[in-house]
This record gives sequence, structure tokens and C-alpha cells, in this order.
Amino acid sequence: MADFDQELDATGLNCPLPILRAKKALGGMSAGQVLHIIATDPGSVKDFEAFAKQTGNELMESKEEGGKFLFLIKKV
Amino acid sequence: MSDKKLAIIATKGTLDWAYPPFILSSTAAALGYEVQIFFTFYGLQLLKKKLALQVSPLGNPGMPMPMAMDKWFPVLGTAIPGMQSIMTMMMKNKMKAKGVASVGELRDLCHEAEVRMIACQMTVDLFDLNPKEFIDGIDFGGAATFFEFAGEADITLYV
Repeated sequence: MADFDQELDATGLNCPLPILRAKKALGGMSAGQVLHIIATDPGSVKDFEAFAKQTGNELMESKEEGGKFLFLIKKV
Repeated sequence: MSDKKLAIIATKGTLDWAYPPFILSSTAAALGYEVQIFFTFYGLQLLKKKLALQVSPLGNPGMPMPMAMDKWFPVLGTAIPGMQSIMTMMMKNKMKAKGVASVGELRDLCHEAEVRMIACQMTVDLFDLNPKEFIDGIDFGGAATFFEFAGEADITLYV
């Protein structure tokens, strides 16, 4: 697991809450910092890809581990 | 970030149909869209401070009914007094259990994200609605107000 600056637990939350919480968390971070997100919503995999593409933030990693979806997003 | 615009007309005042405008608006705002929602007719219920939204199985054959009720009481069963309250309660419980945000929560998120909400003045007058019952920070306007923004929108939805 790569290093990260902040962690967001979005487990148990459904669309669109993981994205909205991530957006809020990124808003409080500075450019270049990395946010680690833990989600259980299977839809979040595609959604975080789309989120990164549209906001310019970099989706560094997206993986599934023990029924959880883990993401690393670097703030642009 | 994008400088796209999303315009939505929200016309329905039921618990289920409250979701599309607020989910799409909050998400679009998170993606950098400028968003405006125009609430008209029954959609004005979504602007009330005290949300009392319900979902009705009546005339809604697509709604999954618990305990195969639709099989035993087709159509008429959905009209039994109290059925609407029961279905509303069940829907709310299910949403909570599945981590779906409440309508109020999504509306707050829209507000935070500066989604502009406009109440249709004509419908407010038509139904004698009290503007004091609406949440703060909304505007009142008409069709021309909607087009002022929608005319420049990249996406326009009618819900």
C-alpha cells in the first residue's frame, strides 16, 4: 500500500455519498496530497474512475480487498 | 475543473422521485458543474423545511412489494388505507439499511455545494403555499428565470 496523507472511510455508504465525501475531503487537502478511500459500494469503482477523469484528480490506485474497494486519489 | 452547467426541472413530490434531482445535482456539483434546479408543481414539496415525502404503490406496478403482496392483492391491495404509510416506512428503513442518504441529507449537500434552487412562483401562488415553509436560501421565479440559466446549460433534465 502506497503512502497517503488522509483517509476516508466510506464503508456502508451508497451512491453518491462516497464521491461527495471524497470531494469534500479533497477540498481540505493541498495539491499533491493523496487521499485513501475505503468503500463498500461496488458502483464506486466506476464512479471514482469517472470522478478522477472529470475533476483532473489522479486515481493512482483502485483495488478490491476482502469485499472492500480501496482507492488512492492524488489531488491535482 | 469543468465549467459545465446542469439545469433540472423537478416536478414530482414523492419520496422516490425526490432522489434523481438531488443525487444528480450534488454529484454534478462535486464534479465541478454549476447547477440549478427549478421546482414546480409537486416538486415544490422537496423545498419544504419539514419534508413529509411519501412513496405510493398505487398505480406503480414496477414497485417491489414485500411478502409478494402484489401477487395476493393485485392493484386493489395497493389502495388499502394505510398502505402508503407502510410502504413509505419500509422504503425509508430499506434505504437506511443500504446506506442510501436521506432526501434531507442530499438536499443539505446540494445547498453546501451552492446548487441554486428556484421555486416556481406561479405554482406557489396556485396552491397557496406559504413561502415561510420553504428552506432558506432559495429563489422564486418563473419560466423565464429557468431559461436564463437553462439556455446556457450543457445538460437539461426534466424529472
